[in-house]
Amino acid sequence: MSDILVTYGIPLAIILAQSLALLVALLLITAYVLLADRKIWAAVQLRRGPNVVGAFGLLQSFADLLKFVFKEVVIPSSANKGVFILAPLVSVVLALSGWAVIPMADGWVISNINVGILYILAISSLGVYGVIMAGWASNSKYPFLSALRSAAQMVSYEVSIGFVLVTVLMTAGTLNLSEVVEAQRGSWGLFSWYWLPHLPMLVIFFVSALAETNRPPFDLAEAESELVAGFMVEYSSTTYMMFMLGEYVSILLMCAMTTILFLGGWLPPADFAPFTLVPGIVWFLIKVFLVFFMFSMVKAFVPRYRYDQLMRLGWKVFLPISLFWVVLTAGVLVSFGWVPHA
Amino acid sequence: MIVTAIAFYVFAAITVAAGFMVIAARNPVHSVLFLILAFFNAAALFVLMGAEFLALMLVVVYVGAVAVLFLFVVMMLEIDLAEMREGFLQYLPVGGLIGFILLVELVLVLGAWTFAPEAAGVAAHPAPDIAQVDNTRALGQLLYTNYVYLFQAAGLVLLVAMVGAIVLTHRENTKAKRQNIARQVSRRRDQAVEIKKVDPGQGL
Repeated sequence: MSDILVTYGIPLAIILAQSLALLVALLLITAYVLLADRKIWAAVQLRRGPNVVGAFGLLQSFADLLKFVFKEVVIPSSANKGVFILAPLVSVVLALSGWAVIPMADGWVISNINVGILYILAISSLGVYGVIMAGWASNSKYPFLSALRSAAQMVSYEVSIGFVLVTVLMTAGTLNLSEVVEAQRGSWGLFSWYWLPHLPMLVIFFVSALAETNRPPFDLAEAESELVAGFMVEYSSTTYMMFMLGEYVSILLMCAMTTILFLGGWLPPADFAPFTLVPGIVWFLIKVFLVFFMFSMVKAFVPRYRYDQLMRLGWKVFLPISLFWVVLTAGVLVSFGWVPHA
Repeated sequence: MIVTAIAFYVFAAITVAAGFMVIAARNPVHSVLFLILAFFNAAALFVLMGAEFLALMLVVVYVGAVAVLFLFVVMMLEIDLAEMREGFLQYLPVGGLIGFILLVELVLVLGAWTFAPEAAGVAAHPAPDIAQVDNTRALGQLLYTNYVYLFQAAGLVLLVAMVGAIVLTHRENTKAKRQNIARQVSRRRDQAVEIKKVDPGQGL
């Protein structure tokens, strides 16, 4: 019995503690990222943004949290109750579980699995279920239309995200996210990260990440001018908050993925004294916030795409370019003898 | 070891139960959701066997793509539960007969299978040792070296199926208005705007 405790009990306790620490940190960061999103948006439009709760509105997200929690959960009488409750849970659980394989610094990862990239691809391809289930279970016209629309959108952009991941994993020669970061370590500092050779892929990944997380300019899922609030119309209080939390956590996940795949993860931008003294987690967070800043600037100054334009961009522009880049990368790697671990 | 065994039985039991619920659930959407649960637990069983690549492929392909399409189709259906139950007794004998035949066939197959004599030749190219290469690389080496023609042929079959599906469902819609982006971009000011001199009180 004590053998079982030693071989399984202790690792289990460690994993639980790590997960809890990550969860707390992630939720705190999400709260402030949400505030930052609103502040940046406000600044672009020459407004102040939230500035009443706490100094500079720093406690705004917590006030919103309390408000959401203390309101009544309204479940429409014709809704399919089980699925209706399950949908927000699915979206928040999926968003959080993606973080299990994200390396935040050297060795700072809960599960250092060999198929990390595939795991992320699997998790993000499941995100569509939260939307479809919510839209169907609400038993109402607008949520249903919006769910169909955004499911088609998420499935379409999934394809080009897949090809972007393929180019990166070919160059790095591994599916393990920590090794992808290590593969970007080079003598040129930030110029040996993958953003430089794979610049078109970085752009495609960034735009696809916007579409995948239903961010503006691709927020057709909740196009408030035509579909009221999309698939979330019937949701209130805590259930609505779960969707919002899931959305922001998966946005952060996409920022972290961009950082790991293209911006060298926790690596310092230059390999000498003042930069190497800063711990890796700091570099990682700086890069994640930089990508998030781009996310929120895009929200502030790009108008919403029309649905057919969105589909055209995904299938007729991104898919051919990323497919071509996969072939090009493979050709270059083979003909110059740069294939890793060959 | 005992923890692995417990995990196996839990996942296997949930897979079988979810599989049963797929046919037992009244609402087709619930059936698809149970199917997804079954896929997930099958993926967990793959992980227990150390086949993490297959497990994640099962999730990406079946749960992430195939089941989404199922759900799409099923959600569009007009479901009338009373109507669905109407013909139950009428179809029961035929359905039962088909089920029975399938069961007998399965029992016969499972009772009488042997290794094909050619299998020994295939086993001469064993998969690389799991201790040395992870199974993504092992699968890649097998698929792209020993079985590359079969792999390409499978890809061609899928391509033909895809083209076939598009040809069958494609209809040229002449009424719909389409945006020609090149034409919009190449439009100049003098093609679009005409300035007229209008005398006051005269109109055009």
